[in-house]
Amino acid sequence: MNRAVQGIVAAALLIGGWQMVVIATGAPRYILPPPADVARAFIENAALIASHGSVTLAEVVIGLVVGAALGAGMAVLLALSRTVSAVLGPILLISQAVPVFALAPILTLWLGYGIMSKAAMAVLIIFFPVASAFYDGLMRLPSGLADLSQVLGASRWRQMWHLRIPAAAPALASGLKIAAVYAPIGAVIGEWVGSSEGLGYLMLLANGRAKTDLMFAALAALAAMTLALHWGVGRLAARLARYGSA
Amino acid sequence: MTQGWGLTGAARIGGAPLFGPLTLSLVPGGWTCLLGASGAGKSTVLRLLAGLDTGATFDGEVRAPARVAFMAQTDLLLPWASVADNVTIGARLRGVRPDLARAADVIAATGLAGLADRRPAQLSGGQRQRAALARTLMEDADLALLDEPFSALDARTRAEMQELSARLLAGRTVLLVTHDPAEAVRMGNRILVLEHGALADMPPPPGAVPRAVEDPAALAMQARLLTRLRAA
Repeated sequence: MNRAVQGIVAAALLIGGWQMVVIATGAPRYILPPPADVARAFIENAALIASHGSVTLAEVVIGLVVGAALGAGMAVLLALSRTVSAVLGPILLISQAVPVFALAPILTLWLGYGIMSKAAMAVLIIFFPVASAFYDGLMRLPSGLADLSQVLGASRWRQMWHLRIPAAAPALASGLKIAAVYAPIGAVIGEWVGSSEGLGYLMLLANGRAKTDLMFAALAALAAMTLALHWGVGRLAARLARYGSA
Repeated sequence: MTQGWGLTGAARIGGAPLFGPLTLSLVPGGWTCLLGASGAGKSTVLRLLAGLDTGATFDGEVRAPARVAFMAQTDLLLPWASVADNVTIGARLRGVRPDLARAADVIAATGLAGLADRRPAQLSGGQRQRAALARTLMEDADLALLDEPFSALDARTRAEMQELSARLLAGRTVLLVTHDPAEAVRMGNRILVLEHGALADMPPPPGAVPRAVEDPAALAMQARLLTRLRAA
């Protein structure tokens, strides 16, 4: 069974199950709207969802690019210098004990109601998974290659650039795949805390007006966006993984 | 008089003696084969000469040039790089401009002309080891350290690689660590057996290296070496 068929089957099962829950529980439409209502809300509000969706997409993409770059850069820095990793390693670990969601109000205070505070949330959420996956890869240079580079007289930085970084490409790829799924979470939390645009904002707005079908339509748009990102980053990651291993 | 490359001293792992005190002298401009059972310390000797971490404590003197070339049992080719890039990796790791004309010559000499743009995954096992040999030759080092580089190859490819290496490394000082008596009698200008922590110097068969695989003196020597290794 190819991937497209698998996806269609999974979606059909999900929608079928949803419809069965609606029928079985007899839940009112404003609690759990049936799939057909959500589809109608989606079509009727397509322009609205698209405009809010593009804002969220921008937040997520900025967050992904900046977060991946910062995370990868930090991993290289940590792997290059024992001193840096001895000082920064524990700080990074402690920083992970602060719930990122709790920072959302502070980021909104500092960066305002616009795109930047949400992109910053996404950056914070993906920084650590990317940095830690890539760092693990950078530190796992096969011992034979480490020997070879020492015999060949490589400097630390050139060993990093010519050997460690390419060899760690598959590890970076797996970090990026996780990041693609996490980044929208950051953006939406940021929107919930304070915004006037984005799918998270649209969901709150629809909720306040008891438009549950629109809420679900926005959620579906968010899920579709996350899946598309996951797929796109997955393709990129597969190329990275092939680069490093074959 | 100045001594040739080699080492003098004793090595211990933890508290237990690994070998020595002993003196190992490499044949200047020729092949020294170091035989011994697994765990006898052959690789430790080679890694000491290469300046690599050994996990053992060594008391003594290592006489090796600053630049050595190194070839291991696995080809250590970078899977993401072409044959040409693999052959010139040494220069790039040192931050010097690779000599591409020389790289092309070395690639041709190892029989890989036309394959310079291939990735290692697109090569056979023998071709990969030829690429590793090309990378070793590219280093143009005074001392070549070979750690069982042919042991994973099939018999025919191994014989070809032995002959190719002997031809292309002619005139250089080479240490070949091997567990194969047949390889030692083909390749050694000096044959050393490391056993019970000491070195035994076995007189090599007559003739220049690489000796023919059917050379009767070499075959007789091979049998004696094998008997000795089995008795150890």
